[in-house]
Amino acid sequence: MTFLTDVWHWFGRSANWHGDDGIPHRLVEHLGYSGLALLLAALVALPLGLLIGHTGRGGLLVVNLANAARALPTVGVVILVVTVVGIGILPVLVALVALAVPPILVNTYQGVRGVDADLKDAARGMGMTGWQVLVGVEIPSALPLVLLGLRTAAIQIVSTATIAAYVSLGGLGRFVFDGLAREDYSSVAGGAVLVAALALLSEAVFVIVQRAVVSPGIRQRG
Amino acid sequence: MKWGWIPDHFGMLGTLLGQHSVLAFVPVLLGLLVAVPLGMACVRWPRIYPPVLATTSILYAIPSIALFVFLVSYTGLNPPTAIIPLTLYTLSVLVRNVVDGLRSVPESVRQAATAMGFTGLRRLLRVDLPIAVPVIIAGLRIATVSNISLVSVASLIGLGGLGQLFTDGFQRAFLTPIVVGVVLTVALAVVADVLLVVAQRLLTPWARGRTA
Repeated sequence: MTFLTDVWHWFGRSANWHGDDGIPHRLVEHLGYSGLALLLAALVALPLGLLIGHTGRGGLLVVNLANAARALPTVGVVILVVTVVGIGILPVLVALVALAVPPILVNTYQGVRGVDADLKDAARGMGMTGWQVLVGVEIPSALPLVLLGLRTAAIQIVSTATIAAYVSLGGLGRFVFDGLAREDYSSVAGGAVLVAALALLSEAVFVIVQRAVVSPGIRQRG
Repeated sequence: MKWGWIPDHFGMLGTLLGQHSVLAFVPVLLGLLVAVPLGMACVRWPRIYPPVLATTSILYAIPSIALFVFLVSYTGLNPPTAIIPLTLYTLSVLVRNVVDGLRSVPESVRQAATAMGFTGLRRLLRVDLPIAVPVIIAGLRIATVSNISLVSVASLIGLGGLGQLFTDGFQRAFLTPIVVGVVLTVALAVVADVLLVVAQRLLTPWARGRTA
C-alpha cells in the first residue's frame, strides 16, 4: 500500500504541477504529438481507404501491406529514424503515423466495401453520380467502422507516444523514463496513470463523437 | 550498414530471437487457454459478457510500457514482467473473437447437432468450437503480430528480446543492429502469421474445397 500512497503523494507535490517539467506542460506536449500524428495518419489513410473501397481496386494488396505494417516495431522505427536524421519530432511522428495508418486504412476500406450492394444500386438508380454515392451513401454507412479505426489508432498513438521521451523529447513519457533513470517509481507510476487516463479519455471522446455523427438508422442495425 | 557485423553476431542474434519468440508466444498460448473457456461461458450466460467486455477494453487502453514498469517493482526484470501484460492484451482481443465466432454458428447447424444427440457442453466442444475456429484464428493473428511488436517495448526497460538491438544501436549511434532488429521482428511476425494460416487450413478441412 505504501507504493500507492507514494504515487498519491507524487500527484500532490506542487513542483509536479508547474513549469516545463510540470504535468500540464507535459500533457500538452503529449496531446500535441498524438493529435498531429493522428491528423497526418488520417490525411493519408482516409482518402486512400475511401478510394480503394469505392473502386474496389487494389484492396487485397493494400490490406495485406497494412497488416504487414502492423508488425513494424514502433520503438525500432523511432530509433532507426533518430539514428538517421537526428533527434527531433520527425522520428516520433514517422513511427506514430506508421502505427496509426493500418487500423484507419483497413477499417475505412472494409467499411466502404461492406456497404450493401442493393443500397448502392438504389442510389445509382436515383441518378446519383459516383461522388454523390460516395459522399451521400457510402461514407455515412461506413462511418461506424471508420470511427472504430480512428479510435483504435488514437488509443495506440496516445499509449505509444510515451516512447517519445526515450529519444529525449517531452510528453508524459518523461515521467516514466526519468523516474526509471532515477529509480523514482512513484514518478514512473504517476506518468503511467496519466497516459492510461488520457488513452481512456480519448476512447470516451470517440464514443461520444460516434453517438453524435452516426445516423440513427445505421446505429439501430449495429 | 556494416554487413560484416551480422555474421559476427549470429550467436547473439539467435539468442535474442529465441527470447523474443518466448516473450511473444507464451502470452498467446496463455491468453488462448483463458479466452476459450471465458468466451464459452459468455455465450452460455450472456449476462456476464458486458462486464467482461468492459474490463478487457480498459485493460487494452493501458499503455504496455506502463504495465511493464509497474510490474518491475513486483516481478523484477524477469520474463513474467513482459508475459503478464501481453497475456492480458491477448485475452482482450481473443475473448471478443471467441464470442463472435461461437455466435456465428448457424441456427440450422445447431439444430442438426441437437437432432443428432449432441447436448450442452459436448455440442459446444464438438460442433460450435470447430465452426468458430476461423474467427478465433483471425483474433490470434492480430494478437500474435501485436505481441511481437510490443516485446520490443519491453526491451526498453531491459527485458531482452530483439528490441535490445534498438537500445544498443541507439546508445552507440550504430545503424546496423537497429535495421537488423526491425527486419528480424517483421520476419518473425510474418512467419508466425503464415503458421497460423496453415494451422487454420489444417483445423478446418471442410473449408478447403470451398475457396478453390
